[in-house]
Amino acid sequence: MSIWEYANPVRFIRLSNKLLPWVAGLAAITLVSGLIWGFFFTPDDYKQGSTVKIIYIHVPSALMAINAWFMMFVTSMIWLIRRHHVSALAARAAAPVGAVFTVIALLTGAIWGQPMWGTYWAWDPRLTSFLILFIFYLGYIALWEAVDEPDKAADLTSILCMVGSVFALLSRYAVNFWNQGLHQGASLSLDKEENVSDVFYQPLLLCIAGFILLFLALVLIRTQTEIRHRRLRALQQQEAR
Amino acid sequence: MFPDLGKYAAPVMGSYTVTLVLLVAIIALSVMRYRKVKKQLEAQEARRRG
Repeated sequence: MSIWEYANPVRFIRLSNKLLPWVAGLAAITLVSGLIWGFFFTPDDYKQGSTVKIIYIHVPSALMAINAWFMMFVTSMIWLIRRHHVSALAARAAAPVGAVFTVIALLTGAIWGQPMWGTYWAWDPRLTSFLILFIFYLGYIALWEAVDEPDKAADLTSILCMVGSVFALLSRYAVNFWNQGLHQGASLSLDKEENVSDVFYQPLLLCIAGFILLFLALVLIRTQTEIRHRRLRALQQQEAR
Repeated sequence: MFPDLGKYAAPVMGSYTVTLVLLVAIIALSVMRYRKVKKQLEAQEARRRG
C-alpha cells in the first residue's frame, strides 16, 4: 500500500477520522500534564526566577511555528510535483495554526523579555526573522483568500511558501549565523551539557509533544474542512451553471 | 498548591493567559468551521440527489 493512496480525499478523510480521536486525546493529555508539571511542580531558576515557567509555552510554540512552515513547505512541494489536491489543502489548513503558534511565540517572548532584558522588543536576528515569518504567514493566508481559482491559488501559495522557508530557516538558525543580539541559543540540544537542567527539561519535552500533537489534530480536522469546502464550492458552481 | 511567582507574577500569568486564549480560539474556530462546512456539504449533496 502506497502513501499516495491517501492523496485520495475520501481515503484521507476516512483515515483522519480514525486517527483524530487518538491524536486529539493524546494532545490533551500531554499538553495538560506538561503544563501542570511545568507550572506547579518545577522550581524557580536561580537567575530568571519564576519567569522560567514561560519556557513551557514559549519554546514549544516557537518550535511549532517553524515546523508548521516546514510541513507546509513539504506539502506545497508535493502539490507542485505530483498535483495532489489534499497536499495543497493540508498546507492551507496548517497556515492559521502556524500563525497562531508564531503569535504565541512572539507575545510570550516579548512578555518574558521585559523583565529579563529590560525591553519587550529588540531588532535582534531571531526576533526579527520571527516577525518576518509571521508576516509570511499572513501573506500566505491572504493569498489563498485572494485568488478564486483553487489550482492557481495552490500554485502561487506554494511558491510563496518556498520563499518564506528561507525565513523559517533563518528564525531557527539566526542566532548561529549572527553571533549577536539578545536572544540566547537553542534551549534544546543533543549535547546534554548545553541543555537546560533536567528539572526543566522533562516537563518541557512533554509540552513540546503536546504542541506537536495539538498541531497534528488541528491539521487533520482543518484539512478535512478544506476538502469538504472545495467539494462544496464545486457543487455550488455546477448548480449555478 | 499555587506556586509563589513573586515579583514576576504578572509576566508569567500574562504569558499563560495569552497562550490559553489563543489556543482555545484556534481550536474552537477549527471545530466550528468543520461542523458548518460539513453540514453545508451534506445539505448541498442532498439537494443534488433531489
